[in-house]
Amino acid sequence: MENVTTAEHVSQAAHDGHAHDEHELSFLRAYVFSVDHKVIGIQYAITAMFFLLFGFSLMMVMRWQLAYPGAPIPFIGNFLGQANAPGGIMLPEFYNQLGAMHGTIMVFMGVVPLAVGGFGNYVLPLQIGAPDMAFPRLNMASYWAFFLGGVVMFASFFVPGGAANSGWTSYAPLSVIALEGQTWWLVGMIFLITSSLLGSINFIVTTFQLRAPGLSFTRLPFFVWAQLVTSFLLLLAFPPLEVAGILQLMDRVAETSFFMPSGLVTTEGPLDISGGGSPLLWQHLFWFLAHPEVYVLILPAMGIVAEILANNTRKPLWGYRVLVASVIFLGFMSFIVWAHHMFLTGMGTTMSAFFQTTTMIISVPSVVILSAFFITLYGGSIRYNVPMLFALAFLPMFGIGGLTGLPLGLSAPDLHLHDTYYVIGHFHYVVAPGTIFALFAGLYYWYPKATGRVMNEALGKIHFWGSLISINVVFMPMFITGLVGVNRRLYDGGMQYAHAQEVMEWNAVMSYGAWALGFFQIFFIINFFWSIRNGKKVDDNPWRATTLEWQAPSPPPHGNFTAPPEAHRGPYEYSVPGAPNDYSMQGQATRA
Amino acid sequence: MDIPYTVAERPDTGLNNVKLGIWLFLASEVMLFGGLFSTYVILRVGGVDWPLGAEYLNIPIGAFNTAVLIGSSVTMVMCFASLKLGDFAKYKTYMGVTILLALTFLVVKFFEYYEKVTHDHLPSHSTFLAIYWTMTGLHGLHIVGGVIVNGYFWGPGSKLWHEKREMFENRIEAAGLYWHFVDLVWIFLFPVLYLL
Repeated sequence: MENVTTAEHVSQAAHDGHAHDEHELSFLRAYVFSVDHKVIGIQYAITAMFFLLFGFSLMMVMRWQLAYPGAPIPFIGNFLGQANAPGGIMLPEFYNQLGAMHGTIMVFMGVVPLAVGGFGNYVLPLQIGAPDMAFPRLNMASYWAFFLGGVVMFASFFVPGGAANSGWTSYAPLSVIALEGQTWWLVGMIFLITSSLLGSINFIVTTFQLRAPGLSFTRLPFFVWAQLVTSFLLLLAFPPLEVAGILQLMDRVAETSFFMPSGLVTTEGPLDISGGGSPLLWQHLFWFLAHPEVYVLILPAMGIVAEILANNTRKPLWGYRVLVASVIFLGFMSFIVWAHHMFLTGMGTTMSAFFQTTTMIISVPSVVILSAFFITLYGGSIRYNVPMLFALAFLPMFGIGGLTGLPLGLSAPDLHLHDTYYVIGHFHYVVAPGTIFALFAGLYYWYPKATGRVMNEALGKIHFWGSLISINVVFMPMFITGLVGVNRRLYDGGMQYAHAQEVMEWNAVMSYGAWALGFFQIFFIINFFWSIRNGKKVDDNPWRATTLEWQAPSPPPHGNFTAPPEAHRGPYEYSVPGAPNDYSMQGQATRA
Repeated sequence: MDIPYTVAERPDTGLNNVKLGIWLFLASEVMLFGGLFSTYVILRVGGVDWPLGAEYLNIPIGAFNTAVLIGSSVTMVMCFASLKLGDFAKYKTYMGVTILLALTFLVVKFFEYYEKVTHDHLPSHSTFLAIYWTMTGLHGLHIVGGVIVNGYFWGPGSKLWHEKREMFENRIEAAGLYWHFVDLVWIFLFPVLYLL
């Protein structure tokens, strides 16, 4: 070591402990059972993206049956198994499995793990200037609980009778008398819930405790606020679903009757149960989670969009304090709107009146947030890069999703629209071209932080425009078929119903949209893996952004920052008059 | 490099990471048992008839177990107080007693369950017994978890005292908070299931 030059010595010192640590870590500890939040974040993101693709593939297969009911599925039909699709023709039972698992996978194993587990883990500690999450080992446990839950869900396709087929909502008593797959679904859910629970505790403690000096709550990036509120929702809303899952497991395994009413008769005659349970109880417990879950899906997306909008308009985010107040209010209100999913259950007009009032109230902060985003655009010098295109598309897409939700929140129109394709169109606009577009925006935006390279711009633009057009071809016609009254769960797309005849031709259109959407994802997949080695190399702050994560090296070493970060100003100081650059980084003492 | 505030308090929040973490965990536990108690209320209010707890359950045994758990909460406090006073031997004794009391609870509970099984009072018998088995079973699992954690801190985990004293104290405090919570759940469960 005597003959190393001073410069080499300094650069060695700059890397000091981490390089040393990494050498000591075995492959398993560094990449598989890692406790580093960045590795865990990437593990979450990759696993979740796999499940998103898998869940979407289920739907692409279902869309064949909807477009051409009863026709054998070309090529893929041969691999679905004789029990599911004899001669390549999908059986109704199998269609129901795919439907139930599509919802479960997309929500619990795709979008939430990517938005919270992936982006939250990777970006949040960096944005608050922390060396890692507060409880790294808990973080690892959270990922592996999620992974196990995913394996159980995946495996359930191969048990006798196949996967759960009672819808992603698993309404009782249907789910209680369903085949074995439902038990697997419940066990899988308990793993996923445990994972969320561990993760949410970790995020909250990290945000409260590990903020860098000077990073007060009013200086937190909006993304961190969104993740913080999301974590509270996960922490407090998931346990009731866990209760519901345990009770349903008891109903199925120990033959209790929590959700089973007296006198229930199936095709096999009267059920031998003690009875006296309440099917409605399941719905209450389920939606007590699942409505906050809607905000778990959307808030991180709003956080990502906020970061990208401010960065690419080169303007401060408009109304930061109003946005923060709105997101907190949204989180609070999301706990008292759940029964607007249940207007049709006969729970009574008083209950309906209460829940439609709270539902109208919760739309106010959502509109405030969207309006603030639109006002942020006003007067900005907008850069139309790929992350910005996805973030911009989020605004009208989420807008459509939100506005079409208003009639559903009022009990009178909901009586007509409930359980039709209108509902499917509504929430997919929120989650698919809404949240998933925001997640794509985030992937393109933070990719250079994780790899040191940007993703290919041309492939990104093909991915964006192709996805934007085809996703609207999928979901826009659903409003038409839904308003006509086509039910959402029909195996043949409504062919046997007189009222559906006029809109049947849309089924094939939507299917072509879905397959085109699948085709355009290929550009993303290629781009994602190709750019890891071949993307254009960039410096630590390629987007000329302000928040703390851009101060860390790309990719950040173990421990994240080369020098302890400190926040000197708010998160969005773009184009400050008199400053030498159009961005003033949070972590730099003097504006540069 | 090291994660800050694992032991010391952060000045502006007044908490260390462990303490905030355990309180958040307990908040979620409140929602878990809150969901179960709500279920109990909804099923009972909606049920055609509902037995008195005493028709199926043995009140003196339940009362005995309540006393055992309250006693274990007291010894848990004593073991934490002994640590704060620097008396490691006393800590060992009180933690040992806490674990023994918890095991007593579990043994008594086992005989209660055994008696139910022999009388064919299984969860499938009626909604009352279903909720009784579910709630006490889930609570029992929490007790088992507490025994494992406390056992670890009584045995191999107690080495930490000699290395990082403050960190060990924090952990015992967190374990204590959890133990009091589990105790508190039983204090609600006993009257709701046995007496009402």
